[in-house]
Amino acid sequence: MAGNVTDAIVLDGVHKRYGEKRALDGLDLTVGAGTVHAVLGPNGAGKTTAVRIMSTLLRPDAGRVTVAGLDVRERASDVRRRIGLLGQHAAVDEQLGGRQNLEMFGRLYHLGARRAGSRADELLERFGLADTGRKAVKQYSGGMRRRLDLAASLITEPDVLFLDEPTTGLDPRGRAEVWGAVRSLVGGGTTVLLTTQYLEEADQLADRISLIDDGRAAAEGTSDQLKALVGGDRIDVVLRDASRLAEAAALLGSPGSLLDPDRRLISAPAPDRMAALTGAVRALQEAGIEAEDIAVRRPTLDEVFLSLTGRPGGGEPVGEQAVRETKAAA
Amino acid sequence: MSATTTAIPGQGGPGQGALGREGGAARLTWALADSWTMTRRELAHWARQPVAVLVNLAFPVMLLLMFTYLVGGGRGVQGDPTEFLVPGMLALTMAFGLESTMLAVTQDLNKGVIDRFRSLPMVPGAVLVGRSAADMLQSTAALAVMAGVGYAVGWRWHNGAAAALGAVGLLLLLRFAMLWVGIQLAMVAGRPELVSAVQILVWPVGFLSNVFATPATMPGWLGAVVEWNPMSATATAVRELFGNPGGATGSWAAEHAQLLAVLWPVAIIAVFFPLTVRKFARLSR
Ligand SMILES: Nc1ncnc2c1ncn2[C@@H]1O[C@H](COP(=O)(O)OP(=O)(O)O)[C@@H](O)[C@H]1O
Ligand SMILES: [Mg+2]
Repeated sequence: MAGNVTDAIVLDGVHKRYGEKRALDGLDLTVGAGTVHAVLGPNGAGKTTAVRIMSTLLRPDAGRVTVAGLDVRERASDVRRRIGLLGQHAAVDEQLGGRQNLEMFGRLYHLGARRAGSRADELLERFGLADTGRKAVKQYSGGMRRRLDLAASLITEPDVLFLDEPTTGLDPRGRAEVWGAVRSLVGGGTTVLLTTQYLEEADQLADRISLIDDGRAAAEGTSDQLKALVGGDRIDVVLRDASRLAEAAALLGSPGSLLDPDRRLISAPAPDRMAALTGAVRALQEAGIEAEDIAVRRPTLDEVFLSLTGRPGGGEPVGEQAVRETKAAA
Repeated sequence: MSATTTAIPGQGGPGQGALGREGGAARLTWALADSWTMTRRELAHWARQPVAVLVNLAFPVMLLLMFTYLVGGGRGVQGDPTEFLVPGMLALTMAFGLESTMLAVTQDLNKGVIDRFRSLPMVPGAVLVGRSAADMLQSTAALAVMAGVGYAVGWRWHNGAAAALGAVGLLLLLRFAMLWVGIQLAMVAGRPELVSAVQILVWPVGFLSNVFATPATMPGWLGAVVEWNPMSATATAVRELFGNPGGATGSWAAEHAQLLAVLWPVAIIAVFFPLTVRKFARLSR
């Protein structure tokens, strides 16, 4: 993999071990310049390790990594001038104010005192933090802190921006705020690499998705391509009476249904969302089978994983996710 | 702007883009600028937490008053016990500065902000320089406050300004040595719980010195341990320079206290400074 001029990030056979644990085991990854690329994988897949290597915080044991055309080992300080990093954990000084943080980082990017100050003000304004710029960061909400962190990673308008699980731990509102901020970057020419455990997030933000598992790339493509691997959307039906599961599954018809007697749940492929929903409602009614809940949903990361690796990933169990989405819809 | 562009928008001063190639002068300029930025960060912390700053200054003063009036330190000394105690407490305060350094570095390492610093094109050592500058400033302030309180309770220096400045120099040298021990401990231990352990463990080390009592009153073996404690060397040397009673024991260590008060810290720095710098550079392993 030579990597071409328009590739902002190229990883070629990257290995990293922590003692006996192989965190990265020959990871390959190519990200085109100006695109948003999601690295999707369960907890422990190696996402953070990969991001730390790409952002010069960690050295790979083997393999080649170039960012913005520069080798991260040989040109670390040049790479640092071109990247922004939003780590998995907040990387701002909690005791200082938001503005103080941004100004300090601006000085450390060698913007000079005056430019660092004006850049801090611009970014506070842009991320809706202008009013709270003097407050100590430890008094910020989770979403505000994440936005400040994001602002800090955009001080020099980086060529390549790394976002490591940017919304994990945020409430829906914080998540929406961060998504909005990421979307506002698109089109500015910045290449964004974001990691996530949620297919939904990758779906919402990314042009392309790499699925990683056990430190290796398991699949790569657009979100539609990946979802096609598990047969697209799913319909979940929860019955009142578990003894009629098999009968109902036969009515729903499609091969590839999964039965979960404990939760009285049938999960079947739903290539056409509306047809699947109306079809299921009608068929069950006609057979006199009572359903407690019916929901159409996207495939979960777990299901994509299951179909690609033959074993469960770290995602949420099918049933819980369905219940959550039903509640959200209600 | 594409991924292959070399320009950085919003750039300011020289050194942008080609720090490595511009040679020593620009590098040094940025090293100083980054160090100053990191020092300012610590000053800003103080400005935001004036109460914590005052408590840190008040704690050694409280110890001084406690040992002077309640515990009755300096017993068995020929001369004024207060004049014996004050220089000892100054040395103790410098040595215990280790804790506050370790605490601050541990907090940084556990807060993720250190990752931000390491992902910036700053001079990496500036983080350590900022820490040292702030701690040395804090300790100088602590010395000034304690000397003031000491004066109020009857402590004096008798050998003139030059000797007194020499004493201050030795005290700050000890503090500087402890700084690198503190940073190294924080990087090796890395966890806040271990800071509390060190905060407790410094006390026996403190008591195993001649800060509170003269080794002349201790059993022989204990006295020997106490006299070779680096804190004791500094305390004795500082007493000599201030012209305060030293609780003379006539041992080799006591006779050569000023030499030891230089050698000990220099040896500690010689060991811990390179270790620390190396450890810091290897955070990327
Ligand atoms: N500092 C470390 N020491 C030992 N093992 C680690 C360390 N960091 C990560 N690991 C292990 O490496 C694997 C990958 O971790 P990580 O890159 O953090 O995954 P992710 O970000 O995808 O959750 C995990 O099994 C994790 O336990
Ligand atoms: Mg992670």
